[in-house]
Amino acid sequence: MKEVYSSFTDAVADIKDGSTIMVGGFGLCGIPENLIKGLRETGVKDLTIISNNCGVDDWGLGLLLENKQINKIYASYVGENKEFERQVLAGELEVELVPQGTLSERIRAGGAGIPAFYTPAGVGTKIAEGKETRIFDGKEYLLEKAMKADFSLVRAYLGDKHGNLNYRKTAQNFNPMIAAAGKVTIAEVENLVEAGDLNPEHIHTPSIYVNKLIVGEQEKRIERRTVAQS
Amino acid sequence: MSTDRKAMRELIARRAEKEIHDGDYVNLGIGMPTMVANYISDNKQVVLQSENGLLGIGPYPTEDELDPDLINAGKETVTAIKGASYFSSAESFAMIRGGHIDVAILGAMEVAENGDLANWMIPGKMIKGMGGAMDLVHGAQKVVIIMEHVNRNGDPKILKECSLPLTGKGVVNRIITDRAVIDVTEDGLVLKEILGDYTFEDIQSVTEPKLIRE
Repeated sequence: MKEVYSSFTDAVADIKDGSTIMVGGFGLCGIPENLIKGLRETGVKDLTIISNNCGVDDWGLGLLLENKQINKIYASYVGENKEFERQVLAGELEVELVPQGTLSERIRAGGAGIPAFYTPAGVGTKIAEGKETRIFDGKEYLLEKAMKADFSLVRAYLGDKHGNLNYRKTAQNFNPMIAAAGKVTIAEVENLVEAGDLNPEHIHTPSIYVNKLIVGEQEKRIERRTVAQS
Repeated sequence: MSTDRKAMRELIARRAEKEIHDGDYVNLGIGMPTMVANYISDNKQVVLQSENGLLGIGPYPTEDELDPDLINAGKETVTAIKGASYFSSAESFAMIRGGHIDVAILGAMEVAENGDLANWMIPGKMIKGMGGAMDLVHGAQKVVIIMEHVNRNGDPKILKECSLPLTGKGVVNRIITDRAVIDVTEDGLVLKEILGDYTFEDIQSVTEPKLIRE
């Protein structure tokens, strides 16, 4: 049984200044909304964030940016956020852009005990600067290193009290790899059930990767609301 | 957007649809490439992949179907077709890098005659990121670029060498513009089709590298 928290600030209380934190989600889809708000409340600073995106101005990781809690971010796409741009241009925020497939695999490798791997993505581009390359079967590849985190924050649709997680639709995205790559993984679940209530065949993240649980009600803001023209 | 520009983009998207075959698994980039989905013939069964973890993108939802947990890589709300599957980003890029996607259709700022592609950053402007483009260009069996033939100043976008930072080296197979269809081959750029009333010379005059007649 994993510890089930009732306060988001308590759930993130061990996160200290200077921590490296991975945060699940793609855009605003599948982000641990309330754990991020909890971090904003504790006010920890000098964070290094690893996440595909950095939220929007008033939501998701944008809340930590606004509060100047982030020093450095690793991401694949960050174009949705004016405060982000201001902080980068002012030299207040360091950004390392990583191709999306490389980012997801670096995180996967981190949780899977693989220190580095070769990928074709980025060969011959700025991304390759300073990296080892090697030819396999006549094609050039880049050596990319695994990523790990002090803390991983994920969001799941269903969780049981052992920490098994199930994600919903495209809210899965980076969450499963991030759950495995953190020294301490905190899962915000929409619904918490008893052990045994989830079909073991439907578990995306086995409980071994999860340390703390909390139930969170989600706003699920939509970044680009597109509907069929009737 | 002017009606002329809209018509031009529709022309390009309709031509790009012909690159997609029955049974293909296809990834469409953000922007104009996404429009290609509107023109896929009912006679073709095609599965659209979204790199955020969906195989089987459906049409945009009705108000009733709207689901914040179901988006495409452009972060637009979508639906999923019958027979769709959801998976993680690592799985998604494994299928991309692993060569399982038949066709990727992407936009571009510049393409060079050797197939180099630049479509992710302009020095001096705020860099937003490459997203999944650098992975896609190496994984898809066929990389088709769709773009306007010239930029807003009327200058060629098909160049001897890209001036902008690259997304990938030697990765483009075919370029479709509002004026022509051009293949990247070992011998150079081959003009495969002319769209509209242009001549070979017209196309050559707005294309920096020398074109080869089919």
